[in-house]
Amino acid sequence: MSVRPKAHSLGPKPPFWRDRAKRALAFQLLLVAAVVVFLLYIIGNTQANLAARGITTGFGFLTNTAGFGIVQSLIDYSSQSTYGRTFVVGLLNTLVVSALGILAATIIGFIVGIARLSPNWLIARLASGYIEIFRNIPLLLQIFFWYFAVLRAMPSPRDSLTFGEVAFLNVRGLFLPEPLFESGFGLIPLAFGVAIVASIALMIWNKRRHEATGKRLPAGWISLGLIVGLPLLVLLVTGVPVTWDVPELRGFNFRGGFTVIPEFLALWLALSIYTASFIAEIVRSGIQAIPHGQTEAAQALSLPQNLVLRLVVVPQALRVIIPPLTSQYLNLIKNSSLATAIGYPDLVSVFAGTTLNQTGQAIEVIAMTMAVYLTISLLVSMFMNWFNARVALVER
Amino acid sequence: MTIRHEMIAARPAPRNTVGPLAWLRANLFSGPVNSFFTLLGLYLLYLLLTPTIQWAFINADWIGTTRDDCSREGACWVFVSARFTQFIYGLYPRGELWRVDVTFLTFAALIAWLAIPRLPFKRWVALATLVVFPLFAYFMLYGGFFGLRVVETHRWGGLMLTLVLAVVGMVGALPIGILLALGRRSQMPIVKSFCVVFIEFWRGVPLITVLFMASVMLPLFMPTGVSVDRLIRAFIGITLFQSAYMAEVIRGGLQAIPRGQEEAAAALGMSYWMRMGLIVLPQALKMMIPGIVNTFISLFKDTTLVMIIGLFDLLGIVQAALSDSRWLGFSLEGYVFAAFMFWIFCFSMSRYSQYLERKLHTGHKR
Repeated sequence: MSVRPKAHSLGPKPPFWRDRAKRALAFQLLLVAAVVVFLLYIIGNTQANLAARGITTGFGFLTNTAGFGIVQSLIDYSSQSTYGRTFVVGLLNTLVVSALGILAATIIGFIVGIARLSPNWLIARLASGYIEIFRNIPLLLQIFFWYFAVLRAMPSPRDSLTFGEVAFLNVRGLFLPEPLFESGFGLIPLAFGVAIVASIALMIWNKRRHEATGKRLPAGWISLGLIVGLPLLVLLVTGVPVTWDVPELRGFNFRGGFTVIPEFLALWLALSIYTASFIAEIVRSGIQAIPHGQTEAAQALSLPQNLVLRLVVVPQALRVIIPPLTSQYLNLIKNSSLATAIGYPDLVSVFAGTTLNQTGQAIEVIAMTMAVYLTISLLVSMFMNWFNARVALVER
Repeated sequence: MTIRHEMIAARPAPRNTVGPLAWLRANLFSGPVNSFFTLLGLYLLYLLLTPTIQWAFINADWIGTTRDDCSREGACWVFVSARFTQFIYGLYPRGELWRVDVTFLTFAALIAWLAIPRLPFKRWVALATLVVFPLFAYFMLYGGFFGLRVVETHRWGGLMLTLVLAVVGMVGALPIGILLALGRRSQMPIVKSFCVVFIEFWRGVPLITVLFMASVMLPLFMPTGVSVDRLIRAFIGITLFQSAYMAEVIRGGLQAIPRGQEEAAAALGMSYWMRMGLIVLPQALKMMIPGIVNTFISLFKDTTLVMIIGLFDLLGIVQAALSDSRWLGFSLEGYVFAAFMFWIFCFSMSRYSQYLERKLHTGHKR
């Protein structure tokens, strides 16, 4: 007869350095202690250094007058404004160039990625040439190229390149006509909002009806019609309350209209073209990841070609595409910080650059800048993860 | 019933399925839409290539030493050839250039040994590259030993500095990245959350703010009176930043190793470090070589950012040469040269990583 021993009574208790749980605990305590000691050392040194240089810590400097101008700001800003306002101006400029960059990079990237898979040999080669060239050259070099070699080499305002006498490109930037809204224009965004709400309601109703009765309306087309048509209708009914302010050459520069500064153009071009080469590869691999049998099976069900793409290939390709696409968007946002090299007034340029130099508040300024990028990164990845979870394959 | 007793002689294939004409028809002109795109592509190519070739080759100046030798309307490569030594070596003393050459030839030989699959003793060469070579490179480049003259780091620059930054960043980031990746998969909650926070922090901020931090805040962190060389600050910033990316690449490799491998090793009574060092990591690292090469490519391109904190890497020194009053107006030539150098390095690395990917993927490819 044998007595089955209990697991823990196999032998004498092991010494504590062989006990896994205790060892783990000790190791972690050691790590925490090391980190704490390291931080205390750094903080102590920093305090001593700051005291020696006569720098006071704290965020009080944000309410001081900045005293420098910024060439592009979305909100009112003058050299009398505070450093706090400088921060906001820089942040908004970063967001603008990132958003427009993401938009352009996505469009170019999808076109090039699909072109690389084209059955046309020449088009496929051109697309892969685009990818290989722009992917393998540092972004900063591309920004310099667009800024110093292209846009700074543009003619003077007198000899501007014109596009139909309404838009002008010269060394001072791109001059576009600006819409001026008259009274009554407020109705158009209102109509737009109403159309969007109505479309969402229609989509929900259509889905319920489809599930209940099997009948469905072409809700996508109706929504598109509503969203485009309703504001257009209002625009016509109110008598087009928009006039265009076309830029004109007066003296040495253009007056009126809407000016896009060359720093913005260079940064935006370089960011879009560079990131698009990565997005193109992501799109290609996403489409290639779909087994050909899926397309064949859909065709065997006699689905028309556009439905094969819309219902079978694209939804599956998106699953493969979205996670790496998210990283590219994040990279683009972070890379917009290279603006500082050509003087586009983004967050890093006006805040971590000029403000830091003027105030000497290195710790606060760098911490705020990093916090902004961390927050943007977290928000974008949260949104993209949510979107990804919606389209992801549900596995049992 | 008829039976043929002799073989029919082979006939040529139908003319519309073989030969250059058929290839053209199948790949370029298979339909009206396709033909339209082909013509569009040809037109685009014409628009891009003609002026480029005219500018870069046909109308270009190649020979000379001064600005006056640039008389034609095309590119003036004289600017590049006059500045070539500076672009490659920075302000390194002219008499000591052989030290840089020896260092980089050694490095190239080591890398070639590692990259060519047929050569033996990979493990020892890898060890030499990661441990012995950095010391050798330090003695050669910085000097101060064996009668070599000390060359201060502020004289380093050009392509040489770009390569030094990239290699040091890589060699530094690899071990930290491995530790972080292991830590992130650890079951110890404090270690795990420490690694997660570390990785996500460095991945969430732009490299430029990391470099700013390294150049502005690092001196504040040091005891009063201790100053850190500007190059070392850049090394620290780049290594920390890159190790987070490296950690994620290696984590991907670790996740791809079946759990059974580690369990089998544990069943043999191996300790954690033996399991990792002998069983899991070798497989994971081998699988992740393409990912590591890709990280290296992005690091190589990212080294250009050090010019923002005042170091003269290849791009930085080209940019500085462009503002020389004797050579104003040659920015295009300068950028094309720098772009070409970067492109050669990055393109060959990416080709090599694709080759490895094909080579290492044979196991589970259909």
